[in-house]
Amino acid sequence: MRNDHIQKLGFALLFLCVIITVFFLGSIIYFIVVRGAPAISWEFLTEVPRRAMTQGGVAPAIVGTFYLTIGAVLFALPLGLACAIYLTEYSPKGAVVNIIRMSINNLAGVPSIVFGLFGLTVFVKFFGFGVSILSGSLTLAMLILPSIISASQEALIAVPHSLREASLAIGATHWQTIKRIVVPTALPGILTGVILGIGRAAGETAPILFTAATFYMRGYPDSVFSEVMALPYHIYALMTEGTKPDQQTVIAYGCSLLLVVLVLLISAIAIYIRQSRRKIYGH
Amino acid sequence: MDIDIRPVRDGIKEASDGNAGRNESTARPNDRANQFRSAKNGAVSNGVNLARMHSQNVNFYYGKSRALSNVNMNIHENKVTAIIGPSGCGKSTFIRLLNRMNDLIANSRLDGKIFLDGKDINAPGVDVVDIRRRVGMVFQKPNPFPKTILENISYGLEINGRKDSGFIRHKVIESLEKAALWNEVKNRLNDNALGLSGGQQQRLCIARCLAVEPEVILFDEPCASLDPISTKKIEELILELKKEYTIVIVTHNMQQAARVSDYTAFMYLGQLVEFGQTEKVFTVPKQKQTEEYLSGKFG
Repeated sequence: MRNDHIQKLGFALLFLCVIITVFFLGSIIYFIVVRGAPAISWEFLTEVPRRAMTQGGVAPAIVGTFYLTIGAVLFALPLGLACAIYLTEYSPKGAVVNIIRMSINNLAGVPSIVFGLFGLTVFVKFFGFGVSILSGSLTLAMLILPSIISASQEALIAVPHSLREASLAIGATHWQTIKRIVVPTALPGILTGVILGIGRAAGETAPILFTAATFYMRGYPDSVFSEVMALPYHIYALMTEGTKPDQQTVIAYGCSLLLVVLVLLISAIAIYIRQSRRKIYGH
Repeated sequence: MDIDIRPVRDGIKEASDGNAGRNESTARPNDRANQFRSAKNGAVSNGVNLARMHSQNVNFYYGKSRALSNVNMNIHENKVTAIIGPSGCGKSTFIRLLNRMNDLIANSRLDGKIFLDGKDINAPGVDVVDIRRRVGMVFQKPNPFPKTILENISYGLEINGRKDSGFIRHKVIESLEKAALWNEVKNRLNDNALGLSGGQQQRLCIARCLAVEPEVILFDEPCASLDPISTKKIEELILELKKEYTIVIVTHNMQQAARVSDYTAFMYLGQLVEFGQTEKVFTVPKQKQTEEYLSGKFG
């Protein structure tokens, strides 16, 4: 074959791969929207479930997902940021830090169901928090901690050395430099990591399976020690349990649509922040 | 290496306020500082070096490689001292020792002493933050903080514990005026500093440095990334600033050294080859290497 034919074949194959990928991604969105949209209504968003969940809404699950996610970020952000600051700014460079860094990266690859079991053993049983918002939030926090640490580390490392020098050269201490120059400059990057973490925490089912989620609640949780409904677990429960599969499937698709929109919105915020950061730095 | 650093007098009365005659041990710190200041031109009096800053047998190592060899240099009060030499000669390493910026470099080692007003700045118990406040620095690439013009300057005051907003306001204006930037930015103090041109950014960095009232200002190739017009402004500024401050400037540009400095140090391969009044170094250099460098035979 002549070279230009091989080239054309190559481009054609690449294009085919793109088409296949776009087809699957598009059909996921299509099916979720088509099947989920009929379930969405004002009642669906604001009411508690009724009649074994075949009627009413999923408001407690929305609220539950909200609480769990906020809780996870409240735990993971300070902890993760502190770790990242220590690892990038203070720790001596060497074998120990490299091992810690590698462990954190490996932690990011641990399957989420393993975090679920960990949460059950440690938070639910050992600390005695029970199946609760607290246990679930802590478990989700563990899950998103590695990505928050990595994102924060990257953001901190990306702060130009010249800014640290500028600050130190006018008599700032190392801590003042970190607090007033390095972290604020890295903030957009850190927030991007946090927001992606939020998206992940909102969507995960396995970690809350044993630690926080309940199938059915008539009302709303009243303390951090309450069990909660959550959207991802609600979808799982609707599809595996209950007695009226037909009606439940529609609601499950409705919840899926809600969850996808929620995560997309959250990612959109991350993208927006990244863009505005580019504007500040002019590149 | 022997370098002739004889006391130079240029008509300023030396040690005429009576303080210089006092016994060192009875002098209070302020008197001592005055004593050093009054000894305008770095005279060595009774075996004590009275230059504003001086280095004594300074060797500096990055890991095992030696970047500076036995450097002895005086930095004279209210003068501009230029350090010239080809890339890698150690001039930036040396200037960064004067405000202990090299403390940040892992695996580096300093052997020898650096004095500010006769006190070893690396002695135990000396606060590095205090040294860096007294010995300010302007870097090669303008490095304003990604904050507003106002915040860039107020930052240094705030970290040094000045909270009074009236004082900060006053100091911001004063610093910007001294840095010849006030007229260009007075109507946009709350704009992001990164929106300024390169030359303006560098003058902002100078203003930021001036705000914390340093005594010595180190310029590490301040014009390396600037256009000729901005360079001219910075040079004029340096000549203006030397009335109040003691200035050290590292430069690649020999003409720049000739234009702005009173003293010139020529460094090569980590050694101080020649030091003297700029006029003399440029017209009748004592060392052959200096002459060759200045005439463009290498570098």
